[in-house]
Amino acid sequence: MAGLKPLKAIPNGAFAYVTKVNTAGLTRRRLLDLGLVPGTRVEVVRRSPMGDPIAVKIRGAIIALRAEESGLVMVRE
Amino acid sequence: MGSTRKEPVIALAGNPNTGKSTLFNALTGLRQHTGNWPGKTVLQTKGSYIYKGRKYTLVDLPGTYSLLANSLEEQVARDFICFGGPDATIVVVDATCLERNLNLALQITEITAKVVVCVNLIDEARRKKLKIDREKLSCLLGVPVVTTAARGGEGLPQLLNLVDQVVKGEIRPQPRLVQYDPEVETAVAKLVPQVKAVLGDLVNARWLSLRLLEGDLTLIEAVEKLTGKNKHVPCGWC
Ligand SMILES: Nc1nc2c(ncn2[C@@H]2O[C@H](COP(=O)(O)OP(=O)(O)OP(=O)(O)O)[C@@H](O)[C@H]2O)c(=O)[nH]1
Ligand SMILES: [Mg+2]
Repeated sequence: MAGLKPLKAIPNGAFAYVTKVNTAGLTRRRLLDLGLVPGTRVEVVRRSPMGDPIAVKIRGAIIALRAEESGLVMVRE
Repeated sequence: MGSTRKEPVIALAGNPNTGKSTLFNALTGLRQHTGNWPGKTVLQTKGSYIYKGRKYTLVDLPGTYSLLANSLEEQVARDFICFGGPDATIVVVDATCLERNLNLALQITEITAKVVVCVNLIDEARRKKLKIDREKLSCLLGVPVVTTAARGGEGLPQLLNLVDQVVKGEIRPQPRLVQYDPEVETAVAKLVPQVKAVLGDLVNARWLSLRLLEGDLTLIEAVEKLTGKNKHVPCGWC
């Protein structure tokens, strides 16, 4: 599908929609619990100086995600 | 059960930043004291309040998005709700982002039915022109719901009254539980009697079975702690 990329590739200030969480088990459950279910609008608010973690606005809360987590979440713009 | 205990214990749970500590301070006044273990973050704060001549212990749990023990905070909150035997649990949710907060509320009602949902920051919601249909929410969740503005004290008498009624069994919440896929439900149905055989009424067997299916190892540790780790069950091989 065109335009599918990992959440960590979204630039600051841009938003996208979750399409898929590419992992299983407790890691998947944890990401879902943070609100990252398909269809959810996510907005990258800022990045730490080294680019990791990123601060993401998810369903009304700003949550820090490490690159190994934000790389698992596929989004479409 | 717990309600015959002299001092009922009430747990305060919820997402981060929903006003739990504000509520805790408003209810306990100057009676609170903090309980932290050396070398760790403050994980639980205990205090007390008096309602209708009865002393209640209130436990302020760490804010979490989930109860699946991904972090120490989640583990503390989960272990207290699940194994600490609170006589009721207040789930504090943020009126301005209910959707996010209800995930935790559902997870807690899977563990215990003795829940009161406290929709806090109702003043903020009003300011944002959000309307909360308290009765509908209560109906959908199957547990009593109260709206509050902990900063300012709005709704606190109603909250205390609901908690009191749940503790006494005058209100028996009937949470609407999530039904999982048939595959999962079949596996749960097989596990539940076995969990009950080992743990009796100590924990919610359905909830524990679901976690065991997920392969949650921290939970096995918690259960071992609960039952006395070295208690050896004769197995026929020894
Ligand atoms: N407007 C308004 N603000 C509130 C209300 N309750 C709490 N607050 C504010 O919300 C913020 C967070 O409150 P806390 O009580 O620290 O939240 P908490 O749930 O204990 O947060 P964690 O311990 O991080 O999980 C504070 O700035 C409070 O003053 C309320 O009912 N209305
Ligand atoms: Mg707090």
